[in-house]
Amino acid sequence: MSSNTRTVARQPLLHVVKREELPKYKTIILRLVAFVLALIAGGLFMFSIGCNPLEVYQTIIIGCFRSKAAFQATVKILVPLVIASLGVTLAFKMQFWNIGAEGQIIMGAVFASYFALFRSEWPHWILMIVMFIAGAVGGALWALIPTLFKVKFNTNETLFTLMLNYIALYIIAFLRDGPWADPSSPGFAKIATFDANATLDKVFGIHSGWVIAILLAVVVFIYMNYSKQGYELSVVGGSKATANYAGMNVKKIMIRTMLLSGGICGIGGMVQATGADATLSVGVAGGVGFTAIIVAWLSNLNPAIIVVISALFAILEKGSRVVESNMGISADSSAVLQGIILFFIIGCEFFFRYRFQKREKKAGE
Amino acid sequence: MKRLLSVVAMASMLVCLVAGCGSASSNKNSEAVAGKTIDAKSTMKPIAKDDLKIGVIHITDPAEGAGYTYTHDLGIQKMQKELGLKDSQIIRKNNVADTDPAKIETAMRDCIDEGCNVIFATSFGFMDICEKLAKEFPDVYFSHGTGYKSNGNNFNNYFGRIYQARYLSGLAAGLQTKTNKIGYVAAMDSTNSEVTGGIDAFAMGVNKVNPEAKVYVKVTGSWFNPEGETQAAQALIDSGCDVIAQHCDTSGPQTAAEKAGVYGVGYNSDMSKDAPKAVICSVMWDWGVYYTSAVKSIMEGTWDGSNYYAGMKEGLVTLTELASFANPKAKEEIEAAKKQILDGSFNVFDGEIETNDGKKIGEAGKTLSDADITGKINWYFKNVEVK
Repeated sequence: MSSNTRTVARQPLLHVVKREELPKYKTIILRLVAFVLALIAGGLFMFSIGCNPLEVYQTIIIGCFRSKAAFQATVKILVPLVIASLGVTLAFKMQFWNIGAEGQIIMGAVFASYFALFRSEWPHWILMIVMFIAGAVGGALWALIPTLFKVKFNTNETLFTLMLNYIALYIIAFLRDGPWADPSSPGFAKIATFDANATLDKVFGIHSGWVIAILLAVVVFIYMNYSKQGYELSVVGGSKATANYAGMNVKKIMIRTMLLSGGICGIGGMVQATGADATLSVGVAGGVGFTAIIVAWLSNLNPAIIVVISALFAILEKGSRVVESNMGISADSSAVLQGIILFFIIGCEFFFRYRFQKREKKAGE
Repeated sequence: MKRLLSVVAMASMLVCLVAGCGSASSNKNSEAVAGKTIDAKSTMKPIAKDDLKIGVIHITDPAEGAGYTYTHDLGIQKMQKELGLKDSQIIRKNNVADTDPAKIETAMRDCIDEGCNVIFATSFGFMDICEKLAKEFPDVYFSHGTGYKSNGNNFNNYFGRIYQARYLSGLAAGLQTKTNKIGYVAAMDSTNSEVTGGIDAFAMGVNKVNPEAKVYVKVTGSWFNPEGETQAAQALIDSGCDVIAQHCDTSGPQTAAEKAGVYGVGYNSDMSKDAPKAVICSVMWDWGVYYTSAVKSIMEGTWDGSNYYAGMKEGLVTLTELASFANPKAKEEIEAAKKQILDGSFNVFDGEIETNDGKKIGEAGKTLSDADITGKINWYFKNVEVK
């Protein structure tokens, strides 16, 4: 990107300049164009490996909605994605780069799993509530560590939260291979399947995580838009100096917000372990914590839109798997297709903020 | 506006949920073939050939062209050909990580959703989900490879006496080594009876023809780890091993052996394709034998829900032809031992067996039971050393 164009004697043929904010209708048009281009580019790829693109896209949609079971599977992919996206949204709104949702999901799952494994005889509802709280606490604690360092020593939270993900992952591997190993499974290290009493109840045939996800979306929406704390965190995100000047306790707000952010991700982990997996495995987060970052930004940090964007991701994911088995293409090809589509969708965000300028024109607006 | 959106989103989800109900199809079972006796243990109804739809859950992708998943898929293809099933009657779910229960469940439900009435799950980690779904879908046949769970009705387990072929390959390896150091890349440690029993059988073969040689084992801790398997093989080669055997999913150890100019014993598929200058022979599965017999029994109504445990006699387990550079004596030794295995006069784990920590296993004049072989071999044969 060129910044100060006046001093450059000869400009490149095209150069990038920041543009003023686009009117809403234009962003919608741009997004639609990107979506159509994504489908065309993805289609070309599919065509090049010998598939009918229309059939591929049709299979993706049919694969998600053809039956109750297919729809349930799609929702199951959707649920952790929504919850984790809501979690990171709170942090991002505060301009705190929480890349650690993956680890926070895992720690939520670990904390909840303790009760599922060793306290499964407790009355169901008490156990559920305790596991819910444990999940939130696990995620919150995992988010608290980098936050405290940030507040105390001004460490870089992007790296810190990122690296904690891998520590969390290896904590599961450690528990799986040692203290929590399933004694009935010699040689294949795994954690035992949870007792039915310690798994989430089903609502309409899907584990009730989807109810939790929707409730959380509503709560986060209200919290961010209609509460004093929500206002405070967006002020901190806008400018810490402003927040200080307005008499806000920035450190307190950061810690509070990150506890919530991590706590929500931890709830996502609890939901995934006790609802979808019925065990604790190293795949409990499965990259959801990273996808959530994309979802949150594509949704403009708006909880309602997060649900919609997550649904699109879930459809793409579930549908691709059906395409793989129905049309006999490899998992790698469907990953390429997903990648192409994402490339266009995310790539178009660039054009909201910047535009290309030709050399002939005078630089600057 | 924003609130409206969220309300709309929620409402549409609810509507979809309710509307989605009621379209799940049930399996069409044809009437039982007359004259066939159905074991009282299983109440499963036979399925006519045209109504068969088979779902296969693979841990990796058969397109790898070698190794575990490839071999299973060859078996599926053989079954399809022998029974004359159409391509549309077989659905494959590839790259289903066994560490992600939600993904495994989705894959299996997907198959059932697409009308599958038979599910073959080829990897150990799929076991618990098979058990769970077998309960939920009593009309669907679940068959799970390498695990230990089954329900005697619509969920069985299949595996085989691979140790027989490993013993034979041990004979070849024992004759091949010059340094008297043989490496063995193992996926799991001694807690796993399958892997450990395989190492012992191999080591017993080595010991039979070359009492001087030792078998050095390196454990990767994972069934499928291309990098780790290659590194383990390299470490063994570096410590002086000149034959590399393996119990893991990829051909990495064999290609490492070829690169280093030493020999190897492949596993799962014929790995002389991957490392023609190194592989003396490969210990192979012919899963087609099982898949054909299982699907046939489902068609004919003879499925009894029992577990399947076969060996060289049935053709499930084989050893490839020896390479031209194998020790000339190996062929003779292998033929002799193979004959004894086939006629039942030799069962590998016969008599009293000495372990590497000085204990004695088994009794003279007897052989280890299948239950002991599949679940209780947690000891190493006397010439084995774990590195």
